[in-house]
Amino acid sequence: MTLQGLAQILASGLLMGLIYALIAAGLSLIFGLMDVVNFAHGEFLMLAMYATFGIVAATALDPVLAAPLVVGAMFVLGAFVYLAVIRHAMRAKANIGMVQVFATFGLGITIRGLAQHLFTPDYRSIQTSWLSGRTLDVAGVFLPLPQLLGGALSCLSFVALYFVIRRTDFGRALEATREDAGAVALVGIDKNRVFALGWGLGAALVGIAGSVMAIFYYIHPDVGAPFALIAYVTVALGGFGSIFGALAAGLLVGLVEAVSATILEPSMKAIGIYAVYLVVVFMRPRGLFGNL
Amino acid sequence: MVEQKLSAQNAVVAAPAEPESRERDSIDHDASLRGFARRRHRELAVAAVAAVAVALLPLAIHDVYLQNILVLTLMYAALSQSWNILGGYCGQISLGHAIYFGIGAYMSTLLYTHAGLTPWFGMVIGGGVAALIALTLGYPFFRLRGHYFTIATIVVAETGLLLVLNWDFAGGAQGIQIPYGPDSWAHLQFARDKLPYIYFALGFAVLTFIVTFAIEDSKWGYWWRAVKDNAEAAESLGVVVFRSKMAAAALSAFFTAIGGSFYAAFVSYIDPDSVMGFQFSLLIALPAVLGGIGTLWGPALGALVLIPLTELTRSSFGGSGNGLDLIIYGVLIMVISLARPEGLTSLFARRRGARAGLEARAKQ
Repeated sequence: MTLQGLAQILASGLLMGLIYALIAAGLSLIFGLMDVVNFAHGEFLMLAMYATFGIVAATALDPVLAAPLVVGAMFVLGAFVYLAVIRHAMRAKANIGMVQVFATFGLGITIRGLAQHLFTPDYRSIQTSWLSGRTLDVAGVFLPLPQLLGGALSCLSFVALYFVIRRTDFGRALEATREDAGAVALVGIDKNRVFALGWGLGAALVGIAGSVMAIFYYIHPDVGAPFALIAYVTVALGGFGSIFGALAAGLLVGLVEAVSATILEPSMKAIGIYAVYLVVVFMRPRGLFGNL
Repeated sequence: MVEQKLSAQNAVVAAPAEPESRERDSIDHDASLRGFARRRHRELAVAAVAAVAVALLPLAIHDVYLQNILVLTLMYAALSQSWNILGGYCGQISLGHAIYFGIGAYMSTLLYTHAGLTPWFGMVIGGGVAALIALTLGYPFFRLRGHYFTIATIVVAETGLLLVLNWDFAGGAQGIQIPYGPDSWAHLQFARDKLPYIYFALGFAVLTFIVTFAIEDSKWGYWWRAVKDNAEAAESLGVVVFRSKMAAAALSAFFTAIGGSFYAAFVSYIDPDSVMGFQFSLLIALPAVLGGIGTLWGPALGALVLIPLTELTRSSFGGSGNGLDLIIYGVLIMVISLARPEGLTSLFARRRGARAGLEARAKQ
């Protein structure tokens, strides 16, 4: 293999890794906040892709310009899902973990059914974007512009997330509620409000990923499931509760996937990711940066 | 180890300080033991009546479609009970049981189509292989806790799925069609009559029920619940935590693989996505969770409610691709899990004491 070929594999892997990290960030945020693994996360991604497609089809806007609308809508959806479903799952006195798993699993199936009902199970794609099909040539390494935009937005999102968590009152409320949801009530923080905002933020993050992926990936009611699976592994690999662990793990997953697609058959590329997860947790049972 | 256990027992006996309170405790203890024995006899009687009733059902149900639902309900009751042994009683949540199901399905089918061996033989071999794999995986996996363990089980099942998808000898993504032969118990093939499948599935469900019933009051049953409750505390009292988890995993995998072999014979066509997909792992766990995780009746009750409803909505609304079947199914799962977090079995815990006991058990 040429050096250029290797650089191409690594660059593609890193770009995809940034997008994986962005998808995982929302999952990790919600988990860190309230110990809930959202099994409808892939369906959130799918909805964001359809929302982008819908806005583009209705207004002929470039999908890049539609993204802020999509992200805003996803924020509202996330907060709504918390208030309508998850809040009730938190009340369960017995085997709360499984209740949450299957409440969100049921939610995911419902969303998928709704998507099939409303949008039909046809495959869709967006080809009208200014970015579609364009690539950036850096010394013979080709970087597709849509993926490049996704990587850039992912980096920006993590920077913004850092400031939100470390520098704002909301971030402090988030941290405090994660530490002790009972005690925060004593200082006047409404935990339901924090949780709802946390779910909104988590859904908005996956909304960013979805609106970019709509430009370069097919759109289908079942499109979310494989990405959700990668996101679970990414979050666990980075360590549950560590959002920036998810960034590191996302990059690692992207690289490993790109390399194993070359070494193994492309259809088996996920095996590389799974092997890395197993090796890491056997050495570090709480993931790379886990503290829970 | 024996010494350790003895000293642990001494510590428990020595704990109550006043002799009076110890006496009162022991009287209550005897009464609760009698109550426990009574409850167990009643459970066995109810199960026997239910099994006989199901065995007589085919006399009334001649419709093939309804017989199909009956077979699936019994199969899921048994599969979910198998999952319940590890996930419910021992508290190790596996969402990768599809791999054991797949091993059972592929082992008996490959041995039948390529070597002409009866599925009964393949079933036992598949169960044994699944148990062995569960032990091999358990050795490193049982160090992991909570979600890290669960995701490891998902990852291994997905790896298995990808390997079988790319395994040409086993038909790859196309899967395997079992050639039609004459109806016979030796080949587990009944193309014209569903009745034998009903009795096989009933036998499977009864078997897993009896095994679970026996375990509940055995050393292993108490150990598993102790491990689920608090592994550190259990270890300090002399419970061998690691071996407990391994035993539960092997037993659970064995029965899940038996279910896989049966399913392959029943539908006479298997492919990787339908028998080894991640969704299928969730479907195995679902009846136990909705019915009552870690309870004797939970899986059967969950399957009884869930499977007929699933099949009926699928046949009424599915197939057209309009997603209505998925919407109904998803809402159903959400509603049951939110409305009855401790499982449907809690509906039957009428007496206050019984309900409190059940909640305490479910909480473990």
